[in-house]
Amino acid sequence: MNRPKWIRVALATLGFLAMGSLVAAEGVTVTISCGSVGKDQTFCKEGAEAWAKKTGNKVRVLSSPQSTSDRLALYQQQLAAGSSDVDVYMIDVIWPGVLGQFFEDLNPYIDPRVKEGFFPSLISANTVDGRLVGLPWFTDAGILYYRKDLLQKYGFSKPPTTWDELFQMAKTIQEGERKAGNQSFWGFVWQGASYEGLTVDALEWIYSYGGGTIVDTKGNITVNNPRAKAALEMARKWVGTISPPGVLSYMEEDARGVWQAGNAAFMRNWPYAYALGNSADSPIRGKFDVTVLPKASTPEGRHAAGLGGWQLAVSRFSKHKAAAVDLVLYLTGYQEQKRRAIEGSYLPTRPALYQDPDLLKAQPFMGRLYDVFVNAVPRPSAQTKKKYNQVSSAFWTAVHNAISGKVDAGMALRQLEAQLKRIKGAGW
Amino acid sequence: MLKRSLQARRARAAWLFLLPSLVLLTLVAAYPLLRTMQLSLYQASILDYPLRPVWVALANYAFLIQDAYWWLSVKNTVIFTVASVSLETLLGLGIAVLVNARFPLRGLMRTAMLIPWAIPTVVSAQMWRWMYNDVYGVINDILLRLGLIAKPVAWLAEPSLVLASIVAVDVWKTTPFMALLLLAGLQSIPKELYEAAHVDGATPWQQFRYVTLPLLKPALLVALVFRTLDALRVFDVVYVMSGTNPSTMSMSVYARQQLVDFGALGYGSALSTGIFFIIAIFTVIYLTVLRVEVD
Repeated sequence: MNRPKWIRVALATLGFLAMGSLVAAEGVTVTISCGSVGKDQTFCKEGAEAWAKKTGNKVRVLSSPQSTSDRLALYQQQLAAGSSDVDVYMIDVIWPGVLGQFFEDLNPYIDPRVKEGFFPSLISANTVDGRLVGLPWFTDAGILYYRKDLLQKYGFSKPPTTWDELFQMAKTIQEGERKAGNQSFWGFVWQGASYEGLTVDALEWIYSYGGGTIVDTKGNITVNNPRAKAALEMARKWVGTISPPGVLSYMEEDARGVWQAGNAAFMRNWPYAYALGNSADSPIRGKFDVTVLPKASTPEGRHAAGLGGWQLAVSRFSKHKAAAVDLVLYLTGYQEQKRRAIEGSYLPTRPALYQDPDLLKAQPFMGRLYDVFVNAVPRPSAQTKKKYNQVSSAFWTAVHNAISGKVDAGMALRQLEAQLKRIKGAGW
Repeated sequence: MLKRSLQARRARAAWLFLLPSLVLLTLVAAYPLLRTMQLSLYQASILDYPLRPVWVALANYAFLIQDAYWWLSVKNTVIFTVASVSLETLLGLGIAVLVNARFPLRGLMRTAMLIPWAIPTVVSAQMWRWMYNDVYGVINDILLRLGLIAKPVAWLAEPSLVLASIVAVDVWKTTPFMALLLLAGLQSIPKELYEAAHVDGATPWQQFRYVTLPLLKPALLVALVFRTLDALRVFDVVYVMSGTNPSTMSMSVYARQQLVDFGALGYGSALSTGIFFIIAIFTVIYLTVLRVEVD
């Protein structure tokens, strides 16, 4: 009993250390950084903890900035510094080309048949120079939201299939609703601020006119063409007529703010707004539906949905690569994706899930829009690689100039082409 | 002999006391600055692993000189600085004179006026973003009700209005800071001068013009220097309100886009060096003016 105090302290410390190493022998701690939009964090944590319980490992879930661009900036800094703090990153569909070399090639770790369970387009989006740098976790595609009640009220039997129809319907409904007393009512809201979101919106317009994808799959700059010009002129015409002038500063949530308050007939947005629009306190609950975005009325016109979505990648600096890959396989697996789709309306990346009766019962729109999701148009990130951010920034700036009327669409595209050539230099 | 060694000892002691500050300054100011200047002579991408810097000498600066976006951002920043600092000075002076007068609840008033300044810029900028919204924003609602505008204005979308809208937010936020600095200056003016002026029959305007203003000049100049240098490196309010939109992009927003979004360490560093020199020019101008004033 008369042992000096320091000996007792030392023994206690040793005891703790021994316990610590016992835990370590049982499993490793894998750190995952996932999203923080909506309920991302909760769903990620639940999934990761289920894996930890099953495998006897531990997980640590890090939170990340809500804005995509800020998240990319943070990850760039962590990875460029060679940090091993994070094992699994949740990455945007446009990042594999940008950050690819910082991620482990998953091919050697997995059975080749695993890849067959996913949409081939998503697997190819995650493949950079033959390396599989991520597995798709959930996907996203731009869709058209429309007010069923208003369409019916003004005698339209079905949602628009061409942009011209959309313009006419939006105009009629807008004029009618304003006469009825709602002065802040607008026909169509979308994302027109000068940021990455505008790149997706504008890509959808241009592609729907048959104007290509800015840079084609071979890396040629194709954006300066008459169809792209027509698409931008169409959007220019919307601003101030069927879309509020402020749409030029709208991001997703600004558009949803107008839409969900019941002040718009149509909205272009991602599927996340579906669950929110049907939430208990939403004024438009049950009054709207979603469909594919319209196409141009020209012969080349086709429906286009911009591809979004998130992947899971393993850092090449990770100290627990095998465990990290196992976590990625678990989270992107059939059962976990099914849970996330039913409870959180995250779009699955596995075609088989779109035929799952439980899921179709819980989220009927996923079945109806299957074709849209499968044929979503990717941004040219795979071909422009590390220069994608520069390309996208030049593109959205040019589009913003054109649709705000600062320069005419033809001039904006000519300038953009020259700028893209300079960014490309000797090659992407 | 004895005197000189005493002097030498005192000089040594003085250097010894200065040393910690000098070391600190070298670490936090000189090193990053020189490193940035060094980096600006290379071409390097943060996305290369490992980093592969290529020596390009002055190529980054050659590009900077003919980079239209850089000059646009310089222009935006200078307009922003001149507009916001002059408005803040005028309003700040008015408010300082007002709260310097004796009236009930003066203490409360002085505290309350600091609230805009105490809110983090990112938070207040986001708040203003919502207030400016053309469809559900409160500003349009008020102006429409008052009959000042016929239809909603898109404050953050109309190219001719965005910069002015951002200046307004900065003025709202930073006027209290200006007022506080000027209030301190006002309180250092001896009361007797006003009594003497009063006895001499000076009107309140004459008192302000010939007593307050000349004596406030040192405080005013210091406040101007503070605000100008601060405004020249503006980032947060512009970034939150309109991102990298070229019609409002400030020098810092542009440098950040190159450095962080594009990972262009070399060109981004050249831009940072450019910002450093532009701010240095303003500092030299102010210092010259200040010295003239002090002499």
